[in-house]
Amino acid sequence: MSNTVLSLRGVTKRFGGLVAVNAMDFDVTEHQVMGLIGPNGSGKSTTLNLISGALKVSGGEISLRGTPITALPAEQINRRGIARTFQLVRLLPSMSVLENVVAGAVFGHKRRWGQDARRHAETLLARVGLEGKGHLRVGQLTYIDTKRVELARVLASDPKLLLLDEWLAGLNPSELQIGITLIKSLRDEGRTIILVEHVMDAIRSLCDTCVVMASGTKIAQGTPQQVLSDPDVIRAYLGDDDV
Amino acid sequence: MTGTDIRNLILSAIALGICALLPLSGSGYWLSIGVTIAMFTVLATSWALFSGPTHYISLATAAFFGVGTYVTGLGFETLPFWSLIGIAGVIGAVLAALVGLATLRLSGVYFVIFTLGLAELVRQVITWFQNKSGQKGLYVLTDISEAGIYWMLLSLATAVFLTGWLIGRSRLGFALRIIGDDETVAVHSGINSALSKVLLFMVPGSVAAMTGAILAPRYVYIEPSLAFAPMLSFQVVIMALLGGAGRLWGPLVGVIPFTLLWESISSNFPQQTTLLLGVAFLIIVYALPRGFVGLLDDLRHRTRARMAEGVA
Amino acid sequence: MDILITGLLLGGTYALIAMGLNLQYGVARIMNLANGEMLVAGGFAAFWMYTAGQISPFLTIFLLAPLTFVLNWLIYRIMLQPLVKRAKSRGQLETDSILATFGLSFVMVGLMLSVFGGDYFNYSYLARPIVIVGDTFALNRVAAFLAAVVICGALYLWLNHSRAGLSIRAIAVAPDSARLVGINVTHLAALAFGLGGAVTAVGGALLSTYLTLDASTGVIFTLKALIIVIMGGVGDVRGTIIAALLLGIVETLVASLLDPGLTLAAAYTLFILILLFRPQGLCGKKPT
Repeated sequence: MSNTVLSLRGVTKRFGGLVAVNAMDFDVTEHQVMGLIGPNGSGKSTTLNLISGALKVSGGEISLRGTPITALPAEQINRRGIARTFQLVRLLPSMSVLENVVAGAVFGHKRRWGQDARRHAETLLARVGLEGKGHLRVGQLTYIDTKRVELARVLASDPKLLLLDEWLAGLNPSELQIGITLIKSLRDEGRTIILVEHVMDAIRSLCDTCVVMASGTKIAQGTPQQVLSDPDVIRAYLGDDDV
Repeated sequence: MTGTDIRNLILSAIALGICALLPLSGSGYWLSIGVTIAMFTVLATSWALFSGPTHYISLATAAFFGVGTYVTGLGFETLPFWSLIGIAGVIGAVLAALVGLATLRLSGVYFVIFTLGLAELVRQVITWFQNKSGQKGLYVLTDISEAGIYWMLLSLATAVFLTGWLIGRSRLGFALRIIGDDETVAVHSGINSALSKVLLFMVPGSVAAMTGAILAPRYVYIEPSLAFAPMLSFQVVIMALLGGAGRLWGPLVGVIPFTLLWESISSNFPQQTTLLLGVAFLIIVYALPRGFVGLLDDLRHRTRARMAEGVA
Repeated sequence: MDILITGLLLGGTYALIAMGLNLQYGVARIMNLANGEMLVAGGFAAFWMYTAGQISPFLTIFLLAPLTFVLNWLIYRIMLQPLVKRAKSRGQLETDSILATFGLSFVMVGLMLSVFGGDYFNYSYLARPIVIVGDTFALNRVAAFLAAVVICGALYLWLNHSRAGLSIRAIAVAPDSARLVGINVTHLAALAFGLGGAVTAVGGALLSTYLTLDASTGVIFTLKALIIVIMGGVGDVRGTIIAALLLGIVETLVASLLDPGLTLAAAYTLFILILLFRPQGLCGKKPT
């Protein structure tokens, strides 16, 4: 029995005439942290949106633990165990911090309700470093704390796979260290994660494996050291003239 | 159940008991005002159950209400009255589910437009049927008194408040709050947003139809233009928003003053009710975006802040 | 054939009204539910000018257009711009503008009721028969249709060929990018809102030459215009025209074959079909 969590086979997305994602193939195995990297507009976020069901694929198949999830609506995909954060943090403005996390615990993969859900949410808030801040309104939070709340929310349903869409973007250098440490601790717990990321330090220290995309196509795959020294990857990032 | 829950429950029961004594006062005028207030409390509270969290403005109240009056009008001779209320409730819920399935997947504008014309659509169809069968209106002659109607509405109001309280504590209620805040987050948290919205929309649909069924005997003679009067939908929206659709008891705060104002304007200046309606809408948007309840909240926050300052 | 032409004649004026609403919704992003009242007000003006001064409605529109343009421009600047500024999301602006324009529509109905009373009003202008391909039609319907065609055509050319028109279309397609390339979105939104209101009022004046109106019929026209805009696709001039003609024909068909009381029911049936099968509009592309 293989320990593959997620696999993409020939996944393609077209917007009108534009091919945003072209025949993507990759597998994510259990306890693995996979970096999905590439220049702006290379199709990373689109790939994440296809996996999470925010967009419908134009072709190919996505499966979770061997079961196809390609045609499922987003809420079904979440219930089967894929939870995501958003490139621009999305919190629920009318609710408290604690309720924001409870929101992730009630309807998702592992379902909790009532006191059970609240206790679980409190544990997770402590887990991401927000102990004692559950009663605050989300408008009162600092930027990194809003990111922490979102992370706690996606953890709340005990997902089989976490999708973090540029979770470290926009943090200042000291916050970045805190953020990297936090995600490292998730990796140490044995969680399976796909990171869409631009921050190279984070990619080097967090990812077990990387998939590099350029113009919608996978151009390299391997450990961070391998892919970051690959001439194709350097060309994709810097353009032909600089090589 | 916490201590405050029990206290609120007891206070509500006492308030309900006092309201139930109104017909014994013997004043026909106040009883008739009481019926109107009870009717709008039921309609506005159930309206806010759906529109409060989702921000979808439903103008379908008159359509559901009219369907309810027709259920009574067509069935009161053959079936017991209580069963007609039940039938109206079921038909209202089914109609709401159909409307919801067609429109709630789409943006709020489509929903408003659709519900705006729904009463007129049903009215035209019923009028057409009546013209074909050569019938004009329906006589609803029952031995149900004004006090009887009042008590039935009061029971329905109690049921609506209980339903609202239960929904507020349920997964469905929580799901709707999340949808109202950010639908994208909702679906990526495992919520079936279309289904949740349709389910909740069935509540005001069913309640409005039951209200219509209960009130039909009061009209004695019903015809399409009376039963489906679009004004009803707008009054309900205004009262709920004026009170504040964010809280269960919010609409009630809007219903009482607006009903009294409406009664006095329509008896003294009957030509000016439309103008009043317009001005009320503008006041809500520009001065009271969260209703009286929001105003109260702000005041409370301000005094609390001032008290905290005083202490420090 | 008779029905088809009557439907087309009606649809021509509908197209004009819906173009007005489409300018307001597509560009200024305001779902103006007082649109029908602006139409009735235009009709009232034409009625009043004709009965009081024997002035032809086709002359009145030249006075009506600038007046209603200014009026709607002011409505946008004073009432709606504050809502646009305070809105945190598209959804909130939608709700706020729906409530505000509802308020406006009731205030307008209330004012028209107190000025003109609740009676139906109509007048007889150009009520002469004219023969087209063997069938007779009222001359006023034909004249109103021709005027609508001229105005629609002028609007279409202006939107496609003038600088301001192109900017307005750019806002309709992508408001944020339009801002980036130096288009003054606020200014043009007000302009589009004013223009839309003027077009609707002129449409009302044309309609009043052959339809009977009263102070509270506005909402029916709002509904029809909304249905046309949604059928044709928001911001799509060609789609609007096709949808308007289609609605005119379907309504005329239902009115003459079934029952004149079912016209709105017919419009609704079309609307439901569109919602179920092509929510992006007849000519719109599938949203990605």
